[in-house]
Amino acid sequence: MKSVAVAPQMNGEVAISAEHLVRRFGSFTAVNDVSFRVQKGEIFGFLGPNGSGKTTAIKMLTGLLPLSGGQAYVEGLDVRTDSEAVRERIGYMSQNFSLYYDLTVTENLQFYGRIYSLEPARLKRRFEEIVQLNGLEPYLNRLASQLSGGWKQRLALGCAMLHEPKLLFLDEPTAGIDPVARRQLWDLLFELSGHGITFFVTTHYMDEAERCSHVAYIYYGKLIADGTPNSLRELPDVQPHGTLRVEITTPEVTRALRFARHLPGIRSATIFGQSIHALIEDRFNLDDLREQLLKNGIAVAEIRPLAPSLEDVFVELTYKHQAMLEAARA
Amino acid sequence: MRNFFRGFGAVFYKEVLHVRRDPATLFFSLVIPLLQMVVLGFGIDTNIRQINTIVFNADGRRESRELLDRLRNSDTFHIIRYVENDGDLNDAIIAGKARVGIKIPVDYSDRLLHNMSAQVLVLIDGSDSSVAGQAINVTTAIGLDESLRRVLQDRASFAVDMRPKMLFNPDSRSPNFFLPGLTAILLLNVTTFLTAFSIVREKERGTLEQLFVTPVRPMGLLFGKLLPYLAIGFSELCLILTFMRFVFQVPIHGNVLVLAFLSLPYLFVSLSIGILVSSKANSQSEAIQLAFLTFLPSIFFSGYIFPRETMPVFFYVISYFIPASYYINITRGIILRGAGLSHLWLDGLALYAMGSILLLIAARRFQNKVIMA
Repeated sequence: MKSVAVAPQMNGEVAISAEHLVRRFGSFTAVNDVSFRVQKGEIFGFLGPNGSGKTTAIKMLTGLLPLSGGQAYVEGLDVRTDSEAVRERIGYMSQNFSLYYDLTVTENLQFYGRIYSLEPARLKRRFEEIVQLNGLEPYLNRLASQLSGGWKQRLALGCAMLHEPKLLFLDEPTAGIDPVARRQLWDLLFELSGHGITFFVTTHYMDEAERCSHVAYIYYGKLIADGTPNSLRELPDVQPHGTLRVEITTPEVTRALRFARHLPGIRSATIFGQSIHALIEDRFNLDDLREQLLKNGIAVAEIRPLAPSLEDVFVELTYKHQAMLEAARA
Repeated sequence: MRNFFRGFGAVFYKEVLHVRRDPATLFFSLVIPLLQMVVLGFGIDTNIRQINTIVFNADGRRESRELLDRLRNSDTFHIIRYVENDGDLNDAIIAGKARVGIKIPVDYSDRLLHNMSAQVLVLIDGSDSSVAGQAINVTTAIGLDESLRRVLQDRASFAVDMRPKMLFNPDSRSPNFFLPGLTAILLLNVTTFLTAFSIVREKERGTLEQLFVTPVRPMGLLFGKLLPYLAIGFSELCLILTFMRFVFQVPIHGNVLVLAFLSLPYLFVSLSIGILVSSKANSQSEAIQLAFLTFLPSIFFSGYIFPRETMPVFFYVISYFIPASYYINITRGIILRGAGLSHLWLDGLALYAMGSILLLIAARRFQNKVIMA
């Protein structure tokens, strides 16, 4: 999990290299010794609760906030000394789709084109490409304020990639938009990622995290998970040796949960819709478990082994991190 | 590319679009000042003390000095300087350094000694109606008093004849006095608000943050935003002057081009205040409150309502740090007294200095507080 401090120039495949990033605001440490690497072409999901340092980290990587410590290289450039060159190469879409609502779709796009000093011919070409890619054609003369959430987001994405950045930072790109638009955005991200564009995406949606090729989880300034979704699922902290994760489907979930929590050999249990996800010790026979439940009058439709979800991963890692902090304090 | 002003053109064009897209705001920001002008077209009279007075004592003998002592003791006049000729006397008033000029003729003492009536010329700056009125009353009273004293002593009749003469604004019309000063307040008002709003709006929407991750340079952003509002400020000035001249019938005695030249730094001052406001405020309502806070000193300590000379020392000192003080002297000087650059260069210099300094401070704050926030 710990990244080794290697000069990023030596590896042409690294899009972002963060080494021991620290950001302090007075006595408060918002980002505390955070290191990670994002390979080119990856969709990197950056997760964490609100106020855990996600946005601060983005601001440091985009050169908006000076670092209090550590180093960061974006596209091989040092963000501390080369922030303007960094900004030429990256695109950024904030969660509130920073558009000018009193300007039309065309005017918004052209404004950003000029901000990035695109030559008129290139601006024209990119404008057409972006309009086509995002399906903005029918709305060109509409004011941005009159677009629905999904279209605002497409326009904002269009504005952020007009200058053909190789790396895009998307801060909660799907907050508040409908599921269809959400699905379409992800389809678009996969397509672009296939063309070698790197994405740095923050999100609260666990299903979106599952779609990322690389995820990291930051918890109050500390990075506590970093890897592919599958490698995280197999971490010993998530799936301790001698345990098994099962899904118990039952019509009486609440009663079953209350009962299951008191059974010896069940480490943890939580409700997911019509079923219970439980972490049990594998000396426990699944048939025994079913019998015990039936004996107590709880009808069981099915019990089957289950791979941990990313939510399980983050929950386990958070518990473990908290326990570590407690131990350190004691 | 290391262009200091990178992004200027894009931001400039965008701001023009914002203004064009929202004609109502533009209309109201231009017209509301005119309405204010109509409402405030009436003067406010106050008791005046310590009027700056300049003296040309061509006589210089005991009798003339006695008269000056009596003027001084009246508390109405504050003699700031003695001059030696009529030209200096006039210039001091045109430049706004003194409100009242007193000329004691060379034969003043002689005539009194020969029991003849002696005249004293009192020049009064009519561009400030309250000062003018007070000056007339007090000088006449002192003249009368002086005469009575001599009558009782020497049985000579009405020896001292004070002859007041209004130099400017002879009919003491209050719009003439009030509107040039109001121009300064209105310009400040409009440009400060427009600039502050254009930045705070982008803060609220988050577009400012978006701009900061683009290669746009802070100065490109700043000046792209300032210039359209500078242009609007100038249009506002033209509109106010037209309105003043043709609706309120205030004659403009000086050169309008000089006024325009000296208005430029003042506009930069108000634009810079707008930026400073926006660097502190995070919402439009906060911006309104802060902007009003900056207007108050300009309204009360600039000489717009209360003449600066009559203020307690503390506020008088403060008034030197208020750009509107200089600009009001400039507008009154050019419009009412027909002053030119030779009279007002010091005020102009002060404004250019203040404009540059404020713009520098604003640019720094913009970079530190707005961009790095």
